[in-house]
Amino acid sequence: MKTTTTATGGDVRLTGIGKTYGAFTAVHPLDLTVPQGSFFALLGASGCGKTTTLRMIAGLEEPTGGTVHLGDRDVTRLPPYKRPVNTVFQSYALFPHLDIFENVAFGLRRRGVKSVKKQVGEMLDLVQLGEQARKKPHQLSGGQQQRVAVARALINHPQVLLLDEPLGALDLKLRRQMQLELKRIQTEVGITFVHVTHDQEEAMTMADTVAVMNAGRVEQLGAPTELYENPRTTFVANFLGTSNMVEAEIDTVAGDDVVLRAGGGKLVLPAGRCSAPVVPGGKVLVGIRPEKIALAHADDAGTVPDGRNRLTGRIADASFIGVSTQYVIDSPVCDQLAVYVQNVERDGRLVPGAEVVLHWSPAHTFGLDAAQAIDAGTDTGEEAA
Amino acid sequence: MPVVSWLKHRLVVIAGLLTLGYLLLPNVIVTVFSFNRPTGRFNYQWQHFSTAAWQDPCGVAGLCGSLSVSLQIAVWATLGATVLGTMIAFALVRYRFRARGAVNSLIFLPMAMPEVVMGASLLTLFLNLGAQLGFWTILIAHIMFCLSFVVTAVKARVMSMDPRLEEAARDLYAGPVQTFVRVTLPIAAPGIAAGALLSFALSFDDFIITNFNAGSTVTFPMFVWGSAQRGTPVQINVIGTAMFLVAVVFVLVSMLITGRRGRRRA
Repeated sequence: MKTTTTATGGDVRLTGIGKTYGAFTAVHPLDLTVPQGSFFALLGASGCGKTTTLRMIAGLEEPTGGTVHLGDRDVTRLPPYKRPVNTVFQSYALFPHLDIFENVAFGLRRRGVKSVKKQVGEMLDLVQLGEQARKKPHQLSGGQQQRVAVARALINHPQVLLLDEPLGALDLKLRRQMQLELKRIQTEVGITFVHVTHDQEEAMTMADTVAVMNAGRVEQLGAPTELYENPRTTFVANFLGTSNMVEAEIDTVAGDDVVLRAGGGKLVLPAGRCSAPVVPGGKVLVGIRPEKIALAHADDAGTVPDGRNRLTGRIADASFIGVSTQYVIDSPVCDQLAVYVQNVERDGRLVPGAEVVLHWSPAHTFGLDAAQAIDAGTDTGEEAA
Repeated sequence: MPVVSWLKHRLVVIAGLLTLGYLLLPNVIVTVFSFNRPTGRFNYQWQHFSTAAWQDPCGVAGLCGSLSVSLQIAVWATLGATVLGTMIAFALVRYRFRARGAVNSLIFLPMAMPEVVMGASLLTLFLNLGAQLGFWTILIAHIMFCLSFVVTAVKARVMSMDPRLEEAARDLYAGPVQTFVRVTLPIAAPGIAAGALLSFALSFDDFIITNFNAGSTVTFPMFVWGSAQRGTPVQINVIGTAMFLVAVVFVLVSMLITGRRGRRRA
């Protein structure tokens, strides 16, 4: 066993890796490459296969098929204690019979490192727990335990650090704080982090690349902004934030623009932002994020600039939440459209019952294949994994 | 009135002290009478203070021999039952196998069965097998009835153990043996220790089952029972008191250790 393996490694490459338990397929064969030094998130609801994928990288779960490579090395058949990979577990899994110092020193001692004192001291300072070295895990708070778990894994300088919902047990405020802390540590040590979470906000704030998983498959992979601005499935569109989706039919294709018919009106969608096949007469789901939509009272309909997508409707509900107002609008083409308007200049006429025009830039529109469930991924966001 | 309110405020303490007295009184009597110099063969009436028995605890024929037999059997039975019981407990918690449920409930049978019945049926078994009654038959019988207690104690501990702990150990470069020695065993240790202590106590003072299967071998409880028919030597009280003291010392030492650990933590 080599003792220092930092930065010699390379990418994590999963090739055709899958896992089945009897008749149940936890992970469908998938290919995934995590570039060295990146912060990678596997995002999905509980039971989507993200933790199983992580455990296959750790070696705690044996894949039914496929290979795991760390750099050029095939580690598929290596037991976990021979892989240069360490895990931060969801429940932290700190050894209750050992004090904090010994917990952190555990990996070093198992690899036969003689003088651990200096390294452990430095690592505990990094996570600001130098004072607590002689306490037992149960004497620390949740946040402190979480930092011990991170220190215990990081001290081994793994090629890859795996984080299995490490912030799930913390309260909201502490979670935000630890997100920044983890991000800082990752930048500092430069180790590849693979982070499993069901919290889309957490994935988006921390990761460079996010893979959204659903029912054992990767739905979409990309940078957080890319996933949010241009989702390619209804699951991604609904799981990451909120999306409005309107059923439409392709009318004509004019250059890079696709012109769609929805109800009586026309909507324009850039062809590059449409993941459905572009065939005249084909069905498409037109998606638009609530905050991209602007509202104008029906009396001011003439002031809406040309070239913008527009729909008409009536305000069904309005909730003022300080920084913005969230409207629910019933439109002939679609019920319950969500619109978030920043409270910069409030229009007093925009109250429930008012007739309005919704308008937005075609560049913010995305098109999805109408063959999929329109509400996929709507109810799963806040579930605990 | 002040007396009533004084009583009211200290009711719990008084009840506690009375219970403690109830529990300890027999031990006190045993201790006090170990310093007696009885006139007849029976040590049931206080006569004169004497340390004669303490100066010559083995002065009665057969007493120290039986004590040594009992201690040996207790040590081996504890060892056997603890090792076997721990393995059974791990198997029952960790693995799914055929008849697991049946084993799970059968393991409790020796605890529920009346000892007389067990002693008699064991004797039938040994006689039919043509086994020579003595040290080994007693040992086999003791391991058998201690097993259930060890399994129960260890199982509770293993069941409440987070399986992620062993995964964490494997993830941190500990192979299967290292994982077991460094993580599994230390965490299961309190359960194993409890099972072992219980086994030792049960084996050491078992009379009924032993009496059936001892042949000509005499254990300490059998010796006491036997001598109670003809007369009770003071030495029995001496041994009893000594055992009590050893137990108290054990408890004090363990309290001291945990107390020091607690202070270091804080």
